[in-house]
Amino acid sequence: MNRAADWPDAVFGVLADTGVRQVYYVPDNGHRRLIERCHADNAMLATRLTGEEEGVAALTGAWLGGDKGVLLMQSSGVGKCINMMGIVQECRVPLLMLVTMRGQWGEFNPWQVPMGRATAPALEAAGVLVHEVDDAARVAETVHAAARLAFDAYRPVAVLIGQRAIGFKDWTK
Amino acid sequence: MSGVPLDRREVVSRILAERGETLVVTGLGSTTWDAAAAGDHPNNFYLWGGMGGAAMVGLGLANAQPGRRVLVITGDGEMLMGLAGLATVGVAAPGNLAIAVIDNERYGETGMQETHTAHGVDLAAVAAGAGFAAAGTLRTMEEVDAWTPRLHGEPGPLFAAIKVGTDPAPMVLPLRDGAAIRARFRQAVLGDRADE
Repeated sequence: MNRAADWPDAVFGVLADTGVRQVYYVPDNGHRRLIERCHADNAMLATRLTGEEEGVAALTGAWLGGDKGVLLMQSSGVGKCINMMGIVQECRVPLLMLVTMRGQWGEFNPWQVPMGRATAPALEAAGVLVHEVDDAARVAETVHAAARLAFDAYRPVAVLIGQRAIGFKDWTK
Repeated sequence: MSGVPLDRREVVSRILAERGETLVVTGLGSTTWDAAAAGDHPNNFYLWGGMGGAAMVGLGLANAQPGRRVLVITGDGEMLMGLAGLATVGVAAPGNLAIAVIDNERYGETGMQETHTAHGVDLAAVAAGAGFAAAGTLRTMEEVDAWTPRLHGEPGPLFAAIKVGTDPAPMVLPLRDGAAIRARFRQAVLGDRADE
């Protein structure tokens, strides 16, 4: 088993085993390693977005065309996605979102706190199934379970990766 | 150029008459009715919600089906709500994607209030600036006829803003159940793979 700190590599392995082909992301420090791995993999198509809501719509199109996909973002992007959840709910489109959290464990930026607090309730209000994980050693297995739920049960699922798993952001450098 | 504005239903019918195997995504809401009026088709994915998402649904579909043509037909209000998506499409540069905006410079479903395109915002210039392979503003049926084969086949991404009049068109409503639209579309595109 990988060391806990290697969770991005373990998550990449889960996504590859799941058959994820389209990866949409807004650049994020917590997902930096995973995004690099996805870009480097010839079986995946990694696409940078201007805003997270674009990814919900794009993954709808991906599923319509037979591709599995994933949306990588930070918790501040969740609020932007809410109206687009209407598409995946109404059309029963599988949606896998991996969200790195801000505004919680050890946060230094007070402006991150409101959306961090609202992330899980907002997703649940929009009908998204939420899996929260705070232990770096359990991120990959949580993503595996979420991918099963999304693609086998045709549901929108978000994995919220806690700041405790990611580690403090050092704002002094 | 004649002084008579283009009729949106005639424009969409002319474009879709040449659709062949093209996969079509329509946006909330008038362009969904326009496509239905032109003739229901299993290769149509009708959006009844998710305003601002049509172009991005088209991108995901184009990425999944690189061997098929994908045409997004949406309205100016819908495109404006997802305007930044043009930057994403321009950079992603899918060669098999075209976007046609039926631009009446109005929010048709909410009372015909003016959109930004009525006040100088040039959608084709935005698409060109985002790196689309070609982008144009069309005002005559001759231009629509000239662009139709391009929309269905020229290496993209392509963008056409088609200026149309504001005359009301009768409501023609296609399938409304999202799960049914999704299932029918996947069956048409994927065949036996649709059940995976």
